[in-house]
Amino acid sequence: MVGLIVKRFLQLLLLLFGISFLVFMSMHIAPGDPATVIGGPTATESDLEAIREELGLNRPVLVQYVDYIRGVVQGDLGYSFQNNQSVTEAIMTRFPQTLNLAVASMIVAILIGVPAGIISAIKQNSWFDFSSTTIALAGISIPNFWLGAMLILIFSVQLQWLPVGGLSAPFWTIEGIKQLILPAITLGTASAAMIARMSRSAMLEVIRADYIRTAKAKGVKAWSVIWVHALRNAMIPVITVIGLNFGFLLGGTIITEQVFAINGVGRLMIDAIAARDFPVVQGTVLLVATLFVVVNLIVDIVYALIDPRISYD
Amino acid sequence: MEQLLEVKNLVTSFRTAGQNVPAVRGVSFSVDRGETLCIVGESGCGKSITTLSVMGLLPNNGEISTGSVKFNGEELTVKKKEEMRRLRGNEISMIFQEPMTALNPVFTVGYQLMEPLKIHTKLSKAEVKHKAIDLLNQVGIPHPEKKLKQYSHELSGGMRQRVMIAIALACNPSLLIADEPTTALDVTIQAQILDLIDDLKEDLGMGVVMVTHDMGVVAEVADHVMVMYAGNVVETGSVEEIFTNPSHPYTKGLLASVPNVDDANHSLEAIPGSLPNINEKITGCRFHPRCPFATDKCKEEDPPHFSLSASHQSKCWLQEEVTQHESRNKAFS
Repeated sequence: MVGLIVKRFLQLLLLLFGISFLVFMSMHIAPGDPATVIGGPTATESDLEAIREELGLNRPVLVQYVDYIRGVVQGDLGYSFQNNQSVTEAIMTRFPQTLNLAVASMIVAILIGVPAGIISAIKQNSWFDFSSTTIALAGISIPNFWLGAMLILIFSVQLQWLPVGGLSAPFWTIEGIKQLILPAITLGTASAAMIARMSRSAMLEVIRADYIRTAKAKGVKAWSVIWVHALRNAMIPVITVIGLNFGFLLGGTIITEQVFAINGVGRLMIDAIAARDFPVVQGTVLLVATLFVVVNLIVDIVYALIDPRISYD
Repeated sequence: MEQLLEVKNLVTSFRTAGQNVPAVRGVSFSVDRGETLCIVGESGCGKSITTLSVMGLLPNNGEISTGSVKFNGEELTVKKKEEMRRLRGNEISMIFQEPMTALNPVFTVGYQLMEPLKIHTKLSKAEVKHKAIDLLNQVGIPHPEKKLKQYSHELSGGMRQRVMIAIALACNPSLLIADEPTTALDVTIQAQILDLIDDLKEDLGMGVVMVTHDMGVVAEVADHVMVMYAGNVVETGSVEEIFTNPSHPYTKGLLASVPNVDDANHSLEAIPGSLPNINEKITGCRFHPRCPFATDKCKEEDPPHFSLSASHQSKCWLQEEVTQHESRNKAFS
C-alpha cells in the first residue's frame, strides 16, 4: 500500500509537469494579450510594452516556463496579473468553498444514487425501477446551470425556503447547510444519476451470483443478503464511477459557483481566463489536476479495502 | 427407517413471456434418515429445480404450482418465507455445484462459516469460533485456524467445496441436498468429497439428496436412485435394481453411455437426439421421440408408473405387459 502511494506520488509529479506545460503553452498560444486587459482600452503601444516588460511576457516562452516551474517547485505559484495577489493565497482563500461544495455534492450523489440503484435492481421492472431509471436519465440529460436556475426560482424566489446564493457561512452551521443544499443538488444530480445506473446494473449482476444463492441457502435474512452479501460486491464498479465523477464534479463547480455566486476556485478560474491572468489559470488547473489524481488514489485504496482479491504489494 | 422428506406430485413452473412453463411435472419421492437418494438425468431435466423447490429457493419467476413437500411431517409449501429461512442452513442444508463461485469473494471463510451458527444457534462468539474450527477439522481442512482468516480465492476448488460442506453441516442438518457437488472437481478430489459426504451421513444420520449426471457417482453413494427426464421421473429403484435391472430405455441409455475402462473395444453409446425444450408440447411419453422402442401407444398416451417391485417403478409402456404378466402369474400361483 505504501508502495502504491509512493508510486502514485511520483506519477502525480510527472503528470503535473506535463499539465503545467500544456496549460502554459496553450495560454500563450491562445489569442488575447494580458497586457491589453490590464492596460485597458486607452493604453498606448508603449504602455503595453511597459506592462509586458514588467510581467516578463516579452521573454521567450520557454524561458518564462522554466522560470515559472522554478517557482512552482518552491511552492510559489506566482502572482496574479490583475491585483498582484499571491496565487497560492488566492487559491487557499477560495478552495474551502469549492471543496465544501464538491464534497457536499458527492454526498448527495452517493446518498441518492446508491440506494436508488440498489432498490431498482432488487425490484427490477417495478414502478420504482421504471421511475428511478427515468429520473436518472433526466438527471443525466439536464444541464446543471438550468437545474440550478430552476431550483433557485422555486425554492429561493417562490417558496423562499433557502438562500439564493453565496456560501459564506461555515458548513457546520444551519445557515451553512441551508446555503449548501441547492448548489449541492444542482451539482450532484448528474452524478447521482450515473451512480444510480451503475449501482443498478452492478447489483443486478451480483444478485444472480452463486454466492448470493449460497447466502440464501444458509438462511441469511433477506435484508442482510442484499445489504451485506451483495452490496459489498456490487460496490466495486460503483466506486470507480464515484472516483471518475469526482473529476466531473470539479469541472461542474465552475458553472455551479457561477450560478449560485459562490466565491470558489471555479469562479477564480473563469475570471482569470477572461482576464488572461496566466498565473492564476495555471495555479487553479494544477490544483484541479492534483485533486483528481488524489481522489483516484483514494479510490484505489478503497478497492483494496473492500475487495481482498486486490492487492498492491 | 424414519421418513425425513416426502415429495408428492411436485409441479414447478416458470412464468416466461406470458406463459407458464412447467419445468418439473409431477415428481414424487421420499428420503429416509441415513439414506442417500440420487437424482440422475441430463442437464435441464429438472433435477436442480426439484431440489430448489424443496429448499424454497426458486428464482423469482418460478413457483410450486401443485404438489406437496413434507419435511419431518410438516408441509413446506404452505410455510411463510421467514419460516423457510429458519429451516434453511439449519434443518435443511444445500451444497452447490460450483465451489469456485459459491463462496462470497469479499468475506473470509471464517465469516461465511460462522454465519449460519450466528443465525440459527444461540452460541457465544467463542463457542461459534470453536465450532467453526471443529467443522473445518471434520471436513478435513488442515490448519483450520489459519483458514478462517483466508478468503475463498486463496483456496483450491477442493478446499472450497470442503468449506461449503462445512457451512452446510454447521447446524447439524437432518437433510443435506447436494447439487452436483463434485462435477467441477477433478477425479481424486471427487472421490474424497463423496467419501466425506458419505461418512458424515453415517455419523450424523442425515438424509442426503444428491443430484448428479454421473452414473459413477450414483454407483458409489446411492441407496436409491431416481432417474429424471424432461421434468418427469422415468424410473426409481434401489441402486442394485437400477444398475442390474434397468427397465426404462432412458435409464438403459444412460448406463450404456458410461465409458468402460476395462474393455478396450468398448464403444461408447449415446442416446440419439436431445432433451426437448421445456415448453415443447409432446403427446404421449415425453421420451418417445428419442426412444428406440417407441410404439404407437407411446406416441399417444403418457405412460403411468408401473411397479416392478416394492421399490422399483418405471414410467414406460414396455413394462405394462411385464407387470401384467407378473401379476397374472401371481394371481395363478
